[in-house]
Amino acid sequence: MIWAAVLLGSLGCYLEKLFGFILPPTLLDRPMIRSVAALLPIAMLSALVAVQTFGDGQSLVIDARVAGVAVAVVALLLRAPFLVVVLVAAISAALLRALGVAS
Amino acid sequence: MTNIPEGSKRPITTSAIGIGLATGAYGLSFGAISVASGLSALQTQTLSLLMFTGASQFALVGVLGAGGGAIAAVLTAWLLGARNGLYALHIAPTLNLRGLLKPVAAQLTIDESTAMSIAHDHPATHSRHAFWATGISVYVLWNIGTLLGALGASAIGDPAVLGLDAAIPAGFLALLWPRLRDRTAWAIAAGGATVALVLTPLTRSGVPVLASALIAVFAGYRLRDRT
Repeated sequence: MIWAAVLLGSLGCYLEKLFGFILPPTLLDRPMIRSVAALLPIAMLSALVAVQTFGDGQSLVIDARVAGVAVAVVALLLRAPFLVVVLVAAISAALLRALGVAS
Repeated sequence: MTNIPEGSKRPITTSAIGIGLATGAYGLSFGAISVASGLSALQTQTLSLLMFTGASQFALVGVLGAGGGAIAAVLTAWLLGARNGLYALHIAPTLNLRGLLKPVAAQLTIDESTAMSIAHDHPATHSRHAFWATGISVYVLWNIGTLLGALGASAIGDPAVLGLDAAIPAGFLALLWPRLRDRTAWAIAAGGATVALVLTPLTRSGVPVLASALIAVFAGYRLRDRT
């Protein structure tokens, strides 16, 4: 199943790129399509942040991940690079767990 | 004096390598997070080689790792990748490609290469150089980063203990952050997160994130004449 997702996902993402080069512009260049394609990453990345921070299967929980994400926000406000943002989030969550403060 | 056009391409190349190095660091975290989400190092590397669009890759492994299933994971990745098609549309006239170069350029059409190409839009040779230099640099370094991250995470072990499960939302947040440029963007982000959280207890995993796409469709419809 994972391989199917990897290969199908890759094929679709490649075709999306290729279509822009080979399809007639009139087919894709519409205000509605432009606008939605530009906004999809904002809505969906935000949804992913929320679900991956609070979701645990079908329940919502508060655990060490929340603290990790909060620290990530601080790092982003301080203009830290991507790798640092991700690392400080992981380290803060791991520390809280090691100290027994959060699950 | 005669070689000014050639010489002035050098700063573009330097920026392209700089962007590649920065994305290589993203690649490192992608590799680690993907393996922590349950993909093998080979599956992880395949994504970076074939899918090669960061947000979609992170989303695919994030949804799979959260138990959302293959269909939701693939749909999420596709929706996030749709913008690349419009990038291609936008830069195709400048790149002016023929034959086999089109499918090659297509694979390199991502946020970074498009932005660099547009930023150096005059003359057209510089724009083309910016696209290819950035695309190739990011492709190579993103894949090297992925490899190192995947191998590193494979060697470490239990992700929850190390807090890698907190690294996943932090990674999405870092991808979202530069897009939160105005109040509209913040409103759409808030809408997407709310829809996803409300639906989490009610639907199977993977559906909440897909449903958040409706916020973008709705807002895109309302704002269609503004862009």
